Amino acid sequence: MKPQSMGQAVLIALALIYLASLYFMSSPVWMGFTINALIVAVVALAWNITGGFGGMASFGHAAMYGTGAYASAILQVQYGINAWIAFAAGIVAGAAMGAFIGALAFRYGLKGSYFALVTLAFAEVLRICASSFAITGGGSGLQLRLDPGLSTLQFNDRTVVYTILLVIVALVMALTAWLKYSRFGAYLIAVRENEDAARALGIDTYRIKVKAMAISGAFAGLAGVLYLQVWLFIDSAVVYGSAVSIEALIGPIIGGAGTVWGPLIGTLGLHLLGEGAKHLLHNAPGLNFVLYAVVLICALRFLPQGLMGLAGRIGTFRKKEDDNA
Amino acid sequence: MLEVRNLSKSFGGLKAVSDASLDVPEGGIVGLLGPNGAGKTTCFTMIAGFTKPNEGTVRFMGQDITGLPPHRICAMGMIRTFQIVQPFAGLTVQENIAVGAYLHHHDRAEAMAVARQVGKRLGMGAMLDRPASSLTIAGRKRLELARALATGAKLLLLDEVMAGLIPSEVSEIVGIIRQIRDEGHTFLMIEHVMQAVMSLAETAYVLNHGKMIAHGTPRELVQDPGVVEAYLGHGAAARLQEGNHA
Ligand SMILES: Nc1ncnc2c1ncn2[C@@H]1O[C@H](COP(=O)(O)OP(=O)(O)OP(=O)(O)O)[C@@H](O)[C@H]1O
Ligand SMILES: [Mg+2]
Repeated sequence: MKPQSMGQAVLIALALIYLASLYFMSSPVWMGFTINALIVAVVALAWNITGGFGGMASFGHAAMYGTGAYASAILQVQYGINAWIAFAAGIVAGAAMGAFIGALAFRYGLKGSYFALVTLAFAEVLRICASSFAITGGGSGLQLRLDPGLSTLQFNDRTVVYTILLVIVALVMALTAWLKYSRFGAYLIAVRENEDAARALGIDTYRIKVKAMAISGAFAGLAGVLYLQVWLFIDSAVVYGSAVSIEALIGPIIGGAGTVWGPLIGTLGLHLLGEGAKHLLHNAPGLNFVLYAVVLICALRFLPQGLMGLAGRIGTFRKKEDDNA
Repeated sequence: MLEVRNLSKSFGGLKAVSDASLDVPEGGIVGLLGPNGAGKTTCFTMIAGFTKPNEGTVRFMGQDITGLPPHRICAMGMIRTFQIVQPFAGLTVQENIAVGAYLHHHDRAEAMAVARQVGKRLGMGAMLDRPASSLTIAGRKRLELARALATGAKLLLLDEVMAGLIPSEVSEIVGIIRQIRDEGHTFLMIEHVMQAVMSLAETAYVLNHGKMIAHGTPRELVQDPGVVEAYLGHGAAARLQEGNHA
């Protein structure tokens, strides 16, 4: 989690200064905007586990995000179950969906663009299903009853919401860092770098990949549940739409896939850019996605390791002996 | 330690390996020789579980392991290396070796310590923090061996670890392999470098067109007319004989 160079330290400091400054700005617009960005950052961190460390680029993280959101919403709205339990159930549902998609895709040895297409197909099928069944509220979606309180996990005060989200993002990043430097993380990176060599070294690559999808699915499910608890309303287009899947992958790619800070920094940067462009160009709808596409193409062309990779080359610190770490 | 019986494998119409058998005794260094395309690597992929044989059985330490996946076989103590070296390019040398060490050392600090120790033993102490992608071919071959050793495997299948090395590098690796064997490891090695085979292997098998055509000590094999023909072409043995008499 520690920066490896002056450049990265500056990048991380900028992000932290921005996040801290919201406590002093008292601007509901910026607060609301950043709350959204933090929820997206969680799904970006989810994508980073499989796409960044594992090299399995998904184009359908909405499948797990939406499943988390719907699982929690259905339990609360249709069955009147407590929000905390529904919260946990949403995470579990996201993990289960991730494991299921992974188990199927990897059983048939899907890789690269085939894997991406299958995840996209799953998200689309789920979107259509969610818009046609009664239990998911059909086309009109599901609305949580407004009832602020700790037991319902609804908070009127945006500063409280913001703080909770910051804590959750920090936790997910800490988990990411821990995973990265664990046996599982090393195995996942080995699978990304060279699957045959990984198999030869005793790694059950199928299990590692499915496990990665489950963990990633849990994070994505968490992001979906957070969206539900913050905005109290979901429908199939919002949580299963491809916008979610695109935002999940674009942040890590811009910020630096396979790094701990990259997904957050990329997501914040992109959202700030999109928001800025919106104000400059008077809310032309869909403009942010055009802008994202341009930035993504530039990043893929010129920044193969994202902003963290670029910053990593500026003022490198002396590398410490790994044994002492 | 390893008993391979009547292995066969075809790719489409091509019989890459047919009816090949071999034995590797514990603590031995056994060579597997043969001209290009003879089916040596294919034998390794079958023994190590990367492809299923059409026919035949593989027994390792008394257990039938035919058709088991590579990770199970590796956990039992047998590992293969690759002819075309396969480093994890984005990782450092030490991290590469640690991936092997993680098999039996689940803790990162422990795995990294084992990796350091194995790396130093193979003379890679100065390169541990370098990215694996920066290694020369000799370095990569060594890394391949180091990673395999770090898994704690007892039987190592080495696929041409000396190909592409200059003679001084070859004799270094030969020394290292002999030392590792003396510490209790067993080797089955595919090798084209005759100097290495002659000085390391106690016995060797020769494969040609997928068939085992000879088995013996390296010294016996170089005098075997069938082996000479396989390498140098039909009639070569007879011509050599004439040459010797003249
Ligand atoms: N996956 C495959 N599909 C089709 N043919 C294959 C495959 N693998 C190997 N072969 C063929 O099987 C034969 C044996 O190949 P193999 O790689 O085992 O030879 P080798 O003895 O290792 O040769 P070399 O000394 O060149 O490494 C060759 O004719 C090769 O083209
Ligand atoms: Mg070969």
